[in-house]
Amino acid sequence: MLAITNLHKSFGATRAVDDVSFSVERGQLVALLGPNGAGKTTTVSMIAGLVTPDQGSVTIGGVAVSSDSDPVKRRLGLVPQDLALYDELTGHANLRLFGSLYGLSGEALERAIATSLILVGLSDRAGDRVRTFSGGMKRRLNLAAGLLHDPDILLLDEPTVGVDPQSRNAIFDNLEQLKSRGKALLYTTHYMEEAERLADRIVIMDHGRVLADDTLSGLRARVLAGADGKARLAEDGGEGGASLETLFLTLTGRNLRD
Amino acid sequence: MGLTAFLALVRKDLQLFFSDRRSVILTFAVPIAIASFFGSIFRGSGDNDEPAKIPIAIVDRDGSAISKAIVSGIQADTSLATSMPALDEARAAVQRGDVAVAVIVPPGFGDAAGRAFLSQGDKPQVDLLFDPSRGAELAMVRGVLTGHVMEAVGQEVFGGAQGRAIVDETLSQLDSSALPAGTRDTLRTLLQSVQQLNQQSGQTGGGGGPAIAVPFRVKEDAVTGGANTQYNGYAHSFAGMGIQFLLFAAIELAMGILIERQLGIWKRFRSAPLSRFTLLAARGASGTIITLLTLLVSFAFAMIVFGVKIHGSVIGFAAIAVACSIMAATFGLFVAALGKTAAATRRVATFAVLIMVMLGGAWVPSFVFPSWLQRLTVVIPARWAVDGLDAMTWRGLGLDAAITPTLVLLGFAVLFAVLTVVKFRWEEA
Repeated sequence: MLAITNLHKSFGATRAVDDVSFSVERGQLVALLGPNGAGKTTTVSMIAGLVTPDQGSVTIGGVAVSSDSDPVKRRLGLVPQDLALYDELTGHANLRLFGSLYGLSGEALERAIATSLILVGLSDRAGDRVRTFSGGMKRRLNLAAGLLHDPDILLLDEPTVGVDPQSRNAIFDNLEQLKSRGKALLYTTHYMEEAERLADRIVIMDHGRVLADDTLSGLRARVLAGADGKARLAEDGGEGGASLETLFLTLTGRNLRD
Repeated sequence: MGLTAFLALVRKDLQLFFSDRRSVILTFAVPIAIASFFGSIFRGSGDNDEPAKIPIAIVDRDGSAISKAIVSGIQADTSLATSMPALDEARAAVQRGDVAVAVIVPPGFGDAAGRAFLSQGDKPQVDLLFDPSRGAELAMVRGVLTGHVMEAVGQEVFGGAQGRAIVDETLSQLDSSALPAGTRDTLRTLLQSVQQLNQQSGQTGGGGGPAIAVPFRVKEDAVTGGANTQYNGYAHSFAGMGIQFLLFAAIELAMGILIERQLGIWKRFRSAPLSRFTLLAARGASGTIITLLTLLVSFAFAMIVFGVKIHGSVIGFAAIAVACSIMAATFGLFVAALGKTAAATRRVATFAVLIMVMLGGAWVPSFVFPSWLQRLTVVIPARWAVDGLDAMTWRGLGLDAAITPTLVLLGFAVLFAVLTVVKFRWEEA
């Protein structure tokens, strides 16, 4: 559904993304992990059309995006890390705007708004201004705004930052539902337990490169095969129970990142 | 898809604008308040209120008939508000700024002035103590004073007692003067004729001989939109303040874009299947609507409350107003293209707008600028906007006078739009 092939991007002398390739299939959630500055956000930005790659390609259902207004972008939904909402507008007005950006209007738009609001459990607050929402409600509305046009692929950039466990759990349920409906989800996060719970596959990036692209069990097996990893897994309580965080630190190191 | 998104983006901007009460007040009420204030200062003499007078002090240290006549003339002058303090108090009043100029008539001024008038004697000196911040008023007082001195001296020489004595004295001293013989003879003849005239005038009981006076009268006729049309200073002040706040509204447009970037909303826009043209054109359209509303609401208020009228072409006024608004909207987009953060950009843009409107004649009419500055300010769009609106309102010019400002403003809009496209930061890392 979503294929990223040999993506490169540099900002001046800094190589932000260096030959990154992976794919996300229908009904699959791929977690994109990496320390700060690993190149995750730049990768997602290139997929979403926010940044032009220096090299490489992004295809959606086998079709490359040819221009800003290419209709193929309609198959893509973005849930940015920021709460990309207008506080002064109501929840409904926000969704009406973001739905209209994808050509939705009239009854189709109202139906899409209603469906999205039901999914994220905000139907009863649709008429309230967003500034009156809690952090968790805003996060859920942020998710709803990315789903309005019923995209095949959803890019989620740290969608649970700063939310309470209840809202986070609700968002997880939403994502499970979307997966079951055949959507392809690319999910970046710093929370390892989220990736452990949700991801079908995990892509770990560092210094702009893909270090690993596998299932959780595949990652465990891969780390077990390395000398350093074996030592750490032993600390973690055994080969079978190694947490994703341990695997992640094993692959990316323990040095602090800014 | 493009049109639906375009309209949704425009509607969103209008919703956001009207949902922010502070922004609405700033955009509509503040320009009206400031323009009303400036208008009350520069409203001209078209209404029944007495025009502002220049405050001056006059110190008559002579006390002669001539100096008294000068004082009396100045006191009667409708352009001056005259006080007569002592010398020290006059100096202090200038220093405090209570009066613009203090006129000091020295002892012996009348006699010396009369003699100088008749025989090229030493000219007595009048001291003008002035407030250096009021140079324009000094020039006016100097002109008014010259007229009154000429009139008072002339009147006294041709019939006054002091004048007769001066004529007699000048005649008696003529032989000992250093004048060439021919000139001396001619002057004697002239003075004897004056003496004779004064005697005849005294015998007939007339009130004096022919006075030397300013040899013309002035009929003032303000050239405005037509017969019986008076200049309304509010028309200019509302044009100026309208343009200023229209540009401030354009800055808000830029802030909106920068804040959308900050909030990540611009990422949503860029990830949607929308062309760059749609995104910028929608902001340009909403900016044009908001800035046009700003201008029209200001002028509507001026028309209802202060009787401002479009004495020229209504179509021309509308064309200039729309061109102004398009120019302002594209200026806002250009500011957004250059800006990095909202806070820093607002400071720089506000400074730029203030300079632009100041040089554009929004605060004071551009005709008071030095000629080099007037030539220079043709590169300022606000100048064309203010001059164009003035032309359509109180100057009462026709549609043809609206064509050049409209085209120039649209030219600036094209320039800002091109620069926006070139400089706009499209990538959202």
